[in-house]
Amino acid sequence: MITVSSTTSTVDSGLFDSILPLFSARFGIDVRVVAQGTGQALDTARRGDADVVLVHARAAEEKFVAEGFGVARKPVMYNDFVLIGPKADPAGIKGMSDVAQAFAKIAEKRIPFVSRGDRSGTHSAELALWRAAALDVEAIRGPWYREIGQGMGAALNVAGAMGAYVLSDRGTWLGFKNRGDLDILVEGDRRLFNQYGVILVNPAKHPHVKAAEGQIFIDWLAGPEGQRAIGDYKIGGRPVFVPNADAPGA
Amino acid sequence: MQAQSSVLPLSVSDLGFETDGRALLSGVSFSLPQGGITAVVGPNGAGKSLLLRLCHGLLTPSSGTVRWAAGDGVLGGRKRHAMVFQKPVMLRRSVRANMDHALAAAGWDAGSRAERSQAALSRFGLAALADRPARLLSGGEQQRLAVARAWALAPEVIFLDEPCSNLDPGATVRIEAMLAELAAEGVTLMMTTHDLAQARRSAGRVLFLDRGDLVEDASAETFFDAPRTAQARAFLRGDLLW
Amino acid sequence: MTFTDALAAALDLVLGLDPRFTEVVGLSLRVTLSAVFLAAVIGLPLGALLGIARFPGRSGVIVLVNAMMGLPPVVAGLLLFLLLSRSGPLGSLGLLFTPGAMIAAQTLLVLPIVVALTRQTVEDLWTEYRDHLHSLGMTGARAVPTLLWDARFALATALLAGFGRASAEVGAVLIVGGNIAGYTRTMTTAIALETSKGDLALALGLGFVLLVLTLFVNGAAYGASRIGARAAG
Repeated sequence: MITVSSTTSTVDSGLFDSILPLFSARFGIDVRVVAQGTGQALDTARRGDADVVLVHARAAEEKFVAEGFGVARKPVMYNDFVLIGPKADPAGIKGMSDVAQAFAKIAEKRIPFVSRGDRSGTHSAELALWRAAALDVEAIRGPWYREIGQGMGAALNVAGAMGAYVLSDRGTWLGFKNRGDLDILVEGDRRLFNQYGVILVNPAKHPHVKAAEGQIFIDWLAGPEGQRAIGDYKIGGRPVFVPNADAPGA
Repeated sequence: MQAQSSVLPLSVSDLGFETDGRALLSGVSFSLPQGGITAVVGPNGAGKSLLLRLCHGLLTPSSGTVRWAAGDGVLGGRKRHAMVFQKPVMLRRSVRANMDHALAAAGWDAGSRAERSQAALSRFGLAALADRPARLLSGGEQQRLAVARAWALAPEVIFLDEPCSNLDPGATVRIEAMLAELAAEGVTLMMTTHDLAQARRSAGRVLFLDRGDLVEDASAETFFDAPRTAQARAFLRGDLLW
Repeated sequence: MTFTDALAAALDLVLGLDPRFTEVVGLSLRVTLSAVFLAAVIGLPLGALLGIARFPGRSGVIVLVNAMMGLPPVVAGLLLFLLLSRSGPLGSLGLLFTPGAMIAAQTLLVLPIVVALTRQTVEDLWTEYRDHLHSLGMTGARAVPTLLWDARFALATALLAGFGRASAEVGAVLIVGGNIAGYTRTMTTAIALETSKGDLALALGLGFVLLVLTLFVNGAAYGASRIGARAAG
């Protein structure tokens, strides 16, 4: 039995429900997944309350390893972020190919925007996009910018309820059932790329960490079997994550 | 040294009790020998009930002593005096369970309990009510259960605090008859009452309290026919009534 | 999403007897009933002692216990999380993210309710029984079993109140349990999860099931205590 601290996106999208039974059947190792925002998931591992972390915020992951809390970071898969908003599209960004420009238009028109505000991987990706649009979100923030401090699903619920824009990972969006008036308005920009990495918690820091079993899980996830399982997971016929353990520099 | 077979007589000497600096009882001395019914009478607030509680050990005297002839009122591991309260305390259980509870608390082992309990219920006419919830009995039945429960503990002395104050005349007669029977069997009874007729009917001895003082300690006959003090005379006339 | 959808989802769950669903219901009941049981074992004697004992600072303790009834579940969860975390003082127990941690958290929430209500009930009863029990030589802690037994029907209500608080809360179990599928996922954390996945019909359906379960437990306890109370007078 190992404990994996991961992000809400991997759990809410249903990925783990799909692939974990394959792993457990093969190795007889139970995997327990605690879903949190990326920052919180890394903190959980820092305290030694997890054996493996699977998150998506490369800089934070590399810091985690550099601090000695993790053994090594391995790329696993990616999905992409999509900019969601009301079908009426009051900011007029539908179909734009430059996501930074779309962000700038939302800010300019003060159209409601829901931010996760929870130090998650999606939150840091959102902040990076404001920077890419050359905007200082702290300076321009107003009532239109709503930080909710909750998970991805909750953010989508809020955005739907108030006709706001929101940045979401594609996996959660595909698994999300309460779409209402929301739709994908901007996608495909390279900057929306969302890489997931997996890290074994350092047994030198936390001796009770189940290093051997954790390593088996990581090797499986990054190996051909796990990679195939990830690629095979589809919602409504659409793949949710793209396995890329072997992609250089991912 | 000869083994004591009785906790009596009870010697009360110079007994005083005060709360918040107010003396509710002071300088009370008397001896309670074995046998008979002693009535404690006096106006409301004279300290009658308090005196019983002090004798029974529910309260600690502020001054003076309550001394039993043997073992602090306990012989053979059992407390030899029991008390029946003005408003009988009925546990939220059946009549029989009330009886069992008292016996168990007093240290009777499970084997002898059932038999003793049954004997007490039969003797006081409660056998037919044994499985009824005690709190659903009538006032008279509850008081009978309280007396039976006290008797079951095989005490030498039973203190009774206004045992008939809440009862109708029929139930009062029944309780009085029971008490007379107990006295005839040698159980020493000491009871407070505000019912002078009852005191005259039942008691052989009267302790008359007024404002915390023991004013008269006399045979019932003397007290009712030729009271020594002006206070007692006034009380009997009804002058100082509550 | 309509209420009809939610009702249909609830019916589907109950009639389908999906093992993942029954597992969640079973865990919810197990965690909550264990917590209520533990809180009863600890809280009933403690509350009774508090009801009959007189000591300096007693009023302060009573106010504290009463106030603890309003302890936010999230705070209870967080406290326990910090205690049970591997980096916390009780980390070596390895309890975090297990049903054991959830039971501990809910015990923490139920305990003040049991203690406070027991204290009140027993104190009232003690006023009535004190002379008689004293007369029988039952003073102090020796009086506790009698008082608890005779207050049993009122205390059943206290335990039900505790059950209600535990079965309804999500904050504490989410934090210390981690909402792990098939392991620490309860009715309430599942409802929170389905809400965040946008499956509001399923979330509300689970809510209906939880409501019915709670109704059932309360109804059974109420009926039992009514019958018992009638028999005991």
